[in-house]
Amino acid sequence: MSRYQTFSRGGIRPPDAKYSTSKIGIKTCPLPDVAIVPFLQHIGTQARPTVKLNDRVNEGQLIGEPSSLISAAIHSPVAGIVSEFRSIFLPMGIKTDAAVIKRDRNIHSPIKHEENHDWQSLEIEELLEILKWKGVVGQGGATFPSHIKFSIPKGHDCEVFLINACECEPYLSADHRLILESTEQIMEGIKIVQKLLNPKRVVIGIEANKQDAIEMLTAAGTAREVEVVHLKAKYPQGAEKNLIEAILGYEVPSGKLPLEVGVINSNVGTLFSVYEALVRNKPVVERVLTVAGGAIAHPANVRARVGSPVSSLIEECDGFREEPVKLVMGGPMMGFAFNNLDTPVIKGTSGILALTGNEVNTSATTPCISCGRCVGVCPMGLSPTTIFKQIEHERFDEATKYGLEDCVLCGACSYVCPAHIPLVSAFRAGRGRKRRLAARRKK
Amino acid sequence: MAWVLVSLVPAFAWGVYIFGFRALLVVGIAVISAVLTEGLLNIAFGRPNSLGDLSAIVTGVLIGFNMPAQISLFIPAVASIFAIAVVKWSFGGLGANWMNPAMAGRVFVFYSWGAEMTHFTIPRTLIVDATSGATPLETVKSNLLSLTMGGPPGELAGGPMELLEKSGFPGSYFDLWIGRMAGSLGEVSALLLILGAIILTVKRILNWEIPLAYIGSFAFLIWLFDGIQYGNGAFGGDVLFHLLTGGLMLGALYMATDLVTTPLTKPGRIIFGLGCGLLTFVIRRFGSLAEGVSLAIIFMNILVPLIDRFVKPKRYGIQL
Repeated sequence: MSRYQTFSRGGIRPPDAKYSTSKIGIKTCPLPDVAIVPFLQHIGTQARPTVKLNDRVNEGQLIGEPSSLISAAIHSPVAGIVSEFRSIFLPMGIKTDAAVIKRDRNIHSPIKHEENHDWQSLEIEELLEILKWKGVVGQGGATFPSHIKFSIPKGHDCEVFLINACECEPYLSADHRLILESTEQIMEGIKIVQKLLNPKRVVIGIEANKQDAIEMLTAAGTAREVEVVHLKAKYPQGAEKNLIEAILGYEVPSGKLPLEVGVINSNVGTLFSVYEALVRNKPVVERVLTVAGGAIAHPANVRARVGSPVSSLIEECDGFREEPVKLVMGGPMMGFAFNNLDTPVIKGTSGILALTGNEVNTSATTPCISCGRCVGVCPMGLSPTTIFKQIEHERFDEATKYGLEDCVLCGACSYVCPAHIPLVSAFRAGRGRKRRLAARRKK
Repeated sequence: MAWVLVSLVPAFAWGVYIFGFRALLVVGIAVISAVLTEGLLNIAFGRPNSLGDLSAIVTGVLIGFNMPAQISLFIPAVASIFAIAVVKWSFGGLGANWMNPAMAGRVFVFYSWGAEMTHFTIPRTLIVDATSGATPLETVKSNLLSLTMGGPPGELAGGPMELLEKSGFPGSYFDLWIGRMAGSLGEVSALLLILGAIILTVKRILNWEIPLAYIGSFAFLIWLFDGIQYGNGAFGGDVLFHLLTGGLMLGALYMATDLVTTPLTKPGRIIFGLGCGLLTFVIRRFGSLAEGVSLAIIFMNILVPLIDRFVKPKRYGIQL
């Protein structure tokens, strides 16, 4: 296998802007005085609350249980009183109920750390059950509940367990830091998932812009027969379908899951959570995320509690250097803009960006001149401009024919568009509108 | 678009230098007509002002470039009005036209006022007894036509440069390179047009696929077949002569590369360029006209939707 593989179609190389945070150690944020904990932090149905108003809760106590097959448990990040239930909107436009927990310093109940919990002796079903009740979800962005993802349906085999350490979004370096500071824990997480999936190969895909992490993973992986594949830094390498093609050379059929070709994907952050849940008996109540952007005084990676308001993280980074023009939850390419500084961190939050005018494209949209740049960069081999024009004319069947559903929403097309057309937003909106129209037609 | 204008400045300056003030006037009229047409249509139909995208100015400049310097001044105006109002505006403005407006404007007036459009100024830097005449390409073409009609084949021996010599055009390849010849006011200097195209390529505005496929396929066909009519057999065509004369450079670098009217994909653009090269060759070699660039490009413009339909990127996860 040659060094520096990459995916074959399209892709872009935005300035990676990771230097401001990737060299500094992860800071731990103090516990928030008020935590806003959404019951829907994952793909699937909202967790069913198990606490009532004015209940006293301990740190790490279950406050929401999985309400259906695809759902995840939610825990209290701090010890305190459930002071309010409210309905909030997350930046990605999802409406959810949330518990507001006022921290009470008199309740002393730190999470019990059962070091080196003996997971080896447990059966696969027992391990999955623990993942379920510790609320482990994918931390790469999709937040799919891990206990579902890691249980292989009958008739399928996992050939390759593919670990995504690309972190191809600009600015973000949380996964990078996590690898550097917790290599052994991640390796232990891999071992646990290996037991669950029994794959023939375990491969870590990592981009060449993280040399120090490549060295650490290679050193730790060699003895454990974990392959480390170096990839050329190119966006969106971390999109699972593109990562599979980049590393394994084959494609996931349109509309199918990676398991169709025998692959299960996971992000390094998720593996760390798996380790925490099974070895240290800790529920997912905190995560590492990048707080960066030109408007942040001292950008850094922070370990913050789920439910912490964004404002507390920014304070931890010494506040704003200048007034931000745009706040983004996630990476600059696929993240979501938001305005409210009380917005809570959730399990899937990979970063908080406060961007200045120089970092944000504020140019006005002009007509499409069919230059074809979007076609050239699309990692899925689509023609974004064609799909856009179909959506513009409400021709959703045509748009689907041209691949609307295959779009991975990576935003490479919007990034290069010289006419500044918000292509990817149009696709997201187009999918929603298409569903609503279809639902209406059924009635 | 601003960079497109900048890149056209050297060729324009050269045109004004060799053809005089009149060249400035022709381009000026073409630009003003294009801008006024678009501006007035915007106002009349209550559309937002679209002059800021500079595309009307570019269209005007390119139309001016395609005119002989001593043309009646209403002709560039008519070409611009037709280009903007009929070809561009009526289909929805910038991005929605399916034919290159400047090219269509030129062809429209070419077939309406053919005599005026083929009456070229002789550069004032050339010492000859006339102020106007034919372009080198036309001279060669008419000589070829009359000679193949009647004269003995022996007189054809040589190539286009020898034919030019006999017709009293005192020129060398160097003159053709820098543009010291009769022709449309912006098309004559191959050197300065290439310079402009290099600027655009460096700024990543110009796609290289179309010029390369166009010029490459055209040069290959000329090399392969054009020598035959001079009795030189195959593989003996005068490539340099054909590349440096007529509208080839202006067409291949600035007209055929118009983003709106070319295919979306790289392979599509290569097919487009190859088609332009083939058609230009066919028209120049077999047609009665000396020049084939504008018709070749317009014809390929029409084929663009078809090319885009059949040449698509290979989609991820779709088995064919």
